[in-house]
Amino acid sequence: MVYQNENCFRLNHLENSWDIETYVANGGYEVWKKVVSGELEPADIIEEVKESNIRGRGGAGFPTGLKWSFMNREAPGQKYIVCNSDEGEPGTFKDRDIHRYNPHALVEGMAIAGYVIGASQGYNYIRGEFWEPYQVFKNAINQAREAGFLGKDILGSGWDFDLHVHLGAGAYICGEETALIESIEGKKGQPRFKPPFPASYGLYGKPTTINNTETLASIPMILAKGGKWFNDLGVKNAGGTKLYSVSGHVNNPGNFEVRMGTPFKDLLELAGGIWKGRQLKAVIPGGASTAVLPAEKALEMNMDYDSIAKAGSFLGAGSVIIMDDQTDMVKAMKNLSHFYWDESCGQCTPCREGTGWLYRMLTRIVDGKGRPEDIAALKDVSGKIMGNVICGLGDAATIALTSAVEHFEHEFVHYIEHGCSIYDRT
Amino acid sequence: MSSSTENFIQGEVKERIDRWIAEYPEDQRQSACMPALRIVQECHDGYLTTDLMDQVAEYLGMAPIAVYEVATFYGNYNHQPVGKYQINWCNSISCYLRGGEELREKLEEKLGVKTGEVSADGKFSIKKVECLGACGGAPICKIGKDYHENLTEESLFKLLDELE
Repeated sequence: MVYQNENCFRLNHLENSWDIETYVANGGYEVWKKVVSGELEPADIIEEVKESNIRGRGGAGFPTGLKWSFMNREAPGQKYIVCNSDEGEPGTFKDRDIHRYNPHALVEGMAIAGYVIGASQGYNYIRGEFWEPYQVFKNAINQAREAGFLGKDILGSGWDFDLHVHLGAGAYICGEETALIESIEGKKGQPRFKPPFPASYGLYGKPTTINNTETLASIPMILAKGGKWFNDLGVKNAGGTKLYSVSGHVNNPGNFEVRMGTPFKDLLELAGGIWKGRQLKAVIPGGASTAVLPAEKALEMNMDYDSIAKAGSFLGAGSVIIMDDQTDMVKAMKNLSHFYWDESCGQCTPCREGTGWLYRMLTRIVDGKGRPEDIAALKDVSGKIMGNVICGLGDAATIALTSAVEHFEHEFVHYIEHGCSIYDRT
Repeated sequence: MSSSTENFIQGEVKERIDRWIAEYPEDQRQSACMPALRIVQECHDGYLTTDLMDQVAEYLGMAPIAVYEVATFYGNYNHQPVGKYQINWCNSISCYLRGGEELREKLEEKLGVKTGEVSADGKFSIKKVECLGACGGAPICKIGKDYHENLTEESLFKLLDELE
């Protein structure tokens, strides 16, 4: 049996799950009341979150409790909690549904995180295209304010906390946390050089913690049921539940909240299996920035950090892109390379130029004008981007492509030698 | 619509921008640059001009170049006239895998415009965008503020026919 919807999606089956009445009727804001009343202290919350073994759900997988411990709560001056809802990694669409179906879990999670790190202000950075999720979240903020859970002197505690939204305007790079900060400050979203890290120099130069939407929305349940409860749902090195966005060639694409360590096969079954009665060819398990896995490796893995790493890829944001046995891998990589070329912020030369080279070479290959040296050139350019840029976008641009060349090199060779795909019958 | 943009930031436009300014610290008006550009664009038939960007700069106390940087960095700002309905067509992997590209070609054929162009009657324009973050409903597009998911030739054409 596959357990589903135990955390962020636990209210999704209810009518008006977005409404504060529904949330409160199901235990919502109880943790927040304990926090502001002093019953739950910041140090204890951090310990509980550490015990939960939750790792950042945006893709990097950094332990959340450890991240929070980098902030000095008692230091004077303004601090900020920032939520990263700039969901734009191809294949990722989970945070959109958290906003639509359980926005109060995010409001409560942000409020708790803010309290723990000593931040009286929070910003939720929502990508600008997510107008409907933004409206639902804005309504949740207003409801929480009216109920006295946000604002000044919350529930008579003397603690102030308020939430704001910043809307993006179409830039994948703003999902990188320092680019996101630049964007809130009203600038181009170009990543900052680190150090200093946001915990010491973040938004407006103030100490800032940035967490992903799913991470923050998980906090209320972790504290309501305990870090141990959450940890035990998952497996070693991967506590709790995870939202997997399954897209591509399946019968029933969508978001599935399952336990960490759920077999990939079971997830694929939840998503209705491969469409059109076809067979699985390959999987990108963690979003466009993670390595492509051939079917035989994917079918053996479980959906957790270590198992996916063992298979040769990365859990990332849990964005599972499924490709059937009719998928032209070269064209698929051309599509991905266009994304990174388009989204490169232009700051670092290897990424700005290299992503364009990769796209142009793949276009040439698909157009039947590939040259024998192109495969080596793809690898060479990828190697020169990797590790030579400020942020992860440049690296990400090479990972899926490099792995596709590794596992499906014959398809690239066929294009170059015959000017067409292995699927073309002339 | 008037093409004059003299004192554009007044009345409702100004009120809307001011509401966003209030979301940021008092000494950080520049943070409202992105919402200000969006609002101005929305109220100017969907695109920006140098004059409008200059007015945003002046209103927020920014150097004009800083506003141009923002307005050209983020993909959602337009610098050329667009259709009354701008169809933002997702180009990324999950939509691609489910036939998004073929469907866009049919869309171009139906509207008689290429991606990046405006139809002769000014009603439609097509803009290719990267992942819209709704891959479970691929292929998708965004028209105005609304997402349209699980598009087929039939559902897409019906949708377009219903737009006035």
